[in-house]
Amino acid sequence: MGITTQDQFLTAHAHSVQALLLSGTHPVTSDTLRLLPSPGLIVTTSAGLNHIDLPECQRRGISIAGAGNLYSEDLADLAVGLLIDVLRKISVADRYIRRQLWPSKGEFPLGFKLRGKQVGIVGLGSIGLEVAKRLEAFGCNILYNSRRKKPSIQYPYYSNILELAKNSDVLIICCELTEQTRHMINKEVLLALGKEGVIINVGHSAVIDEQEMMGCLMRGEIGGAGLDVFEKEPDVPKQLFALDNVVLSPHRAAHSQETILALRDLVVGNFEAFFSNKPLLTPVIMNQLF
Amino acid sequence: MNNISVLMTCPMFPYLEQELETRFNLIKLWNPSSSKPEFFKNYSNFIKAVVGNTKVGADADMIDSLPNLEIVASYSVGLDKIDLDKCKEKGIEVTNTPDVLTNDVADLAIGLALAVLRKICVCDQFVRGGKWIRGDFGLATKFSGKSVGIVGLGRIGSAIAKRAEVFGCPISYHSRSKKPNTNYIYYSNIVDLAANCQILIVACALTEETHHIVDRKVIDALGLKGILINIGRGAHVDEPELVSALVEGRLGGAGLDVFENEPDVPEQLFALKNVVLVPHVGSDTEETSKAMADLVISNLEAYFKGEPLLTPVL
Repeated sequence: MGITTQDQFLTAHAHSVQALLLSGTHPVTSDTLRLLPSPGLIVTTSAGLNHIDLPECQRRGISIAGAGNLYSEDLADLAVGLLIDVLRKISVADRYIRRQLWPSKGEFPLGFKLRGKQVGIVGLGSIGLEVAKRLEAFGCNILYNSRRKKPSIQYPYYSNILELAKNSDVLIICCELTEQTRHMINKEVLLALGKEGVIINVGHSAVIDEQEMMGCLMRGEIGGAGLDVFEKEPDVPKQLFALDNVVLSPHRAAHSQETILALRDLVVGNFEAFFSNKPLLTPVIMNQLF
Repeated sequence: MNNISVLMTCPMFPYLEQELETRFNLIKLWNPSSSKPEFFKNYSNFIKAVVGNTKVGADADMIDSLPNLEIVASYSVGLDKIDLDKCKEKGIEVTNTPDVLTNDVADLAIGLALAVLRKICVCDQFVRGGKWIRGDFGLATKFSGKSVGIVGLGRIGSAIAKRAEVFGCPISYHSRSKKPNTNYIYYSNIVDLAANCQILIVACALTEETHHIVDRKVIDALGLKGILINIGRGAHVDEPELVSALVEGRLGGAGLDVFENEPDVPEQLFALKNVVLVPHVGSDTEETSKAMADLVISNLEAYFKGEPLLTPVL
C-alpha cells in the first residue's frame, strides 16, 4: 500500500470514520479532528485526557469514553508498593542477596517506618482516594491538594502545594497533567519536602520538574523516589541508576493481566453502547473538566 | 547498676550496645580477645542477664553455663532461640519485644506480596539495565482483590489482615484454634487454607508444631498461581521443597524475609524473576530498632530495680 502519513490515511478514510480508538501516546488535536467530518465518538484507553483537544470535541459534539476507574486500583497498588520498597529498601535488599553480599558483608542498612508518616496526595480523584484508603490502614496520616477542596472528604486540605509539601513526609502524585499541574513539583516544593522526604509518581511525568528532582536526589536534598513515569520515556536519566534510594518502574502501573482484560471488555462495551444508541459505559463529562 | 554483668550474645544494634554499656557491665560474647571456653571460665559466674536475638539466643547449654543467670531479655519478639522450659525450671525471667515491631513486619509482608505480584524489583532491574529502550515490560498480576491466607492470626497476622482488607482481599486463616471476634474464614487444616487462597503468608511463632508447617502438600495446594510470603522463620518452610517447586514452576512465586540457614540463601533462587529476597529485615527500621532496644533496656532496669517487667513472657 505504501507509506502514508497519518493525515493522508485519515483523509482517504475520513467519510467512513465514525469513531476513534486512542491510547495516550497520540495527540488528537483540532487539526486531526478537522479531517474527520463526523466522528461521533472517541474511545481512549489512557488514564489521562491531556492528549485530546477537549474544547474542540465539546464544540463539535463528539462524545468521549475514557478508562473510568479501571486503573485506579492497580495504580494505587503500585504507588503503595513503590513507597514500601523505597522506605524498606526491598529492591536494594533483593540485589544485595543476589550479589551474595549477605554472608560476606553481613548487616544490611536499616529502613524507615511507614506508620505515622504524613502522606500528601497530589490529586484526590479516584486514584488518589484509593491510595489514601490503603495508606490509612498502614497508619499513615493523609493530607491532600486538589483543584478544589472536596466537601465530603475529612482529610486536611492544602490549597497551596508548597504548604502540602512542608507538612508531608511523602508526596504521592496522582493527578492529571494540566496547565496548572505542569512542573508543579518544582525545586521549592522538593526542598520543602526535605532531606527525608519521599516522592512517588504514578500520575503524569510532567507534573514533576524532572531535572530539579534529579538534582535534589543527587545532592541528598530529598530522601528518595519511586517513579513509574518519566519525561522522555523510555529514556530514563542514567544518573538515577546509581542511586539506591530510588525505585524505577517502566510505566506499567496499569498493566496487570486482569486490568488489560477488563480494558478490552470496557473498550468493546463502549463501542457497542455507542453503535446501539445506548449510554456510554464510561463517558467523560465535559463540564466537570473546565 | 554498672556492677551488674550483662552478656550480649552477638552484634545487634549499635544504639542498644551503647545503652547497655552506659548502664551495666556489658560483656560481649563475640569479643575476639577470648575463646569461648576461656570466656565462660572467666565471666560465667558474674553474668546475671543475657540479651539475645533471633541469631543467638539462650539455649540449654548457655543457660547451664551461667549459674547466676536471672533474666533473658530478647531483642526480638520470637522466642524460638530461647530454651523456655529451662528458664521456667530455673526461675529465670524472660522478656521479648512484642507490639513495637508489629507494624513494620506487617508492612513488609504486604510490601513483599506487592513486589512479587507487580514484579517491582524485576521492573527496577529492567529499567536500570537499559532494557526499556528496546521494548516494553510485560504484564504483571493485580494485587487488589486477591485472596489472602494467613498462617497464625496473632498480633502480626491480624495487622497483615487489616492491611490486606483495604485492598479488597478476602481474608482466611489457619491457627491452632478459631479466633472469636473475627469475620475471617477459618481453616483448621493448613492444606485447605493453601488450596483456598492465592497469597499464603506465614506469620506464626516457630514451635515444634509449626516446624516445616509449609511442606510439599501445602506448596502443591497453593499451586501455579499461588504466592508464598514468609516473614516468620526459615524453619516454618521445608526450604528444599520450596526451592524445587519454584525452580520447576509448580509454585507461582515467593517473597522471603527468612531462610533456614541465614545468611545462606539457596542460589537456585537467584535466577528466578518470581521471587523477592530480603535479609531478615522484618523489624529493621531506625524507629523500630530503637523502640525494641528501649524496651530491652526498660525491662532490664525494671527487673534490677525490683519493679514489674514490661513485657514478660513466662
